[in-house]
Amino acid sequence: MSFLDMDEFLIELAGKIEIVYSPIVDRKEYPEGVDLCLIEGAVCNEDNLEILHRIRKRTRVLVSFGDCAVTGNVPAIRNQLGAGNTTEVLQCAYIENAQDHKVLPRHEGIVPALLSRVVPVHEAVAVEYHLPGCPPPADRIRAVLEQVLSGTAPKLSGPQLKFG
Amino acid sequence: MAAKTLTIDGKQISAEAGTTVLQAAREAGIRIPTLCHLEGIMDIGACRLCLVEVKGTTKLLSACTTKVFEGMEVTTTSERLQKYRRMTLELLFAERNHVCAVCVANGHCELQSLAYEQGMDHVRYDYCFPKWGMDLTHPSLGMDHNRCILCTRCVRVCWYIEGAGTKNVAGRGGRSMVISDMNEPWGDSETCTSCGKCVMSCPTGALFSKGSTAGESERDRSKLEFIVNAREKKQWTV
Repeated sequence: MSFLDMDEFLIELAGKIEIVYSPIVDRKEYPEGVDLCLIEGAVCNEDNLEILHRIRKRTRVLVSFGDCAVTGNVPAIRNQLGAGNTTEVLQCAYIENAQDHKVLPRHEGIVPALLSRVVPVHEAVAVEYHLPGCPPPADRIRAVLEQVLSGTAPKLSGPQLKFG
Repeated sequence: MAAKTLTIDGKQISAEAGTTVLQAAREAGIRIPTLCHLEGIMDIGACRLCLVEVKGTTKLLSACTTKVFEGMEVTTTSERLQKYRRMTLELLFAERNHVCAVCVANGHCELQSLAYEQGMDHVRYDYCFPKWGMDLTHPSLGMDHNRCILCTRCVRVCWYIEGAGTKNVAGRGGRSMVISDMNEPWGDSETCTSCGKCVMSCPTGALFSKGSTAGESERDRSKLEFIVNAREKKQWTV
């Protein structure tokens, strides 16, 4: 959503790039030979991890996008519960606090299993750049994209690096 | 007192004997990043952010606890110092659970602002995700150990400004924690004067006034209800 806050710059951007994969692009498989990927969210389940490895293999420049990707942020809070955290959070959400139909979501090949430890993106794969913020403000995203488009290595400094 | 002459980042400075490098630098308008230092209370050199290079020693020295001497040559910014400052900050973030996005101090946190000032775009170390609790037993103040960086500012203001001596440190290393009295619930403390100086001194969101968190921001509708009730039941004569 924060990406959309770039307003009129999106029109300028659309003329310079081709979006090949995103939750709003109707494409099932992440393509080969991608120049840049803004990757959002912490690595929480097996599906996240699998697609992350695929993205890494097929992308030249990976940008860890937002606090969840950069630090683990809120999704990683469950790590504090220790070894049994996956069972505990599922139990809490789907059994203890469910009003009806109290059952754990389980479906082989459809519902991915949670990882025992939520990690930031750079703990799972190599990442070229980090773009923190919760959410990253539009001007920060724009600053990085403009630097990338002009062919310079993106560098944020000062309050542009603020977490939270 | 005798004046000492020294240089900080090549700038000629004179400072009174007994002055710390940090004081001398500040008087000369040179900023050294600090975290455990708080104006008015004794320095302990705990956070290691004010580390400086002093010619003649390979050790890095904390500016807040190192006294000036004649002919001293101090460097406050170098690649080596920047490397260690950033490392120190990253280790602080990795050691406990600092989730800026959901913190009461977000936007007013010295740890957060120092991190971006020092160019910390991510933490290279694996986060520890330790399990720490909170002490919410005090009626108006709260302590979240997840966000504590053990700078001990709160302990020092409690002892040396308020003179209550409620706050202390227990344990060792990463398992150290700020406690009240002999590790009792804060609310049971007989020495705490509820002055709130610990909250004022805290650089992060570890100590806070109750009612400042989002979860607590419930609207108190009792007065409205009282008025409506009184009108409906005609308890007031107009």
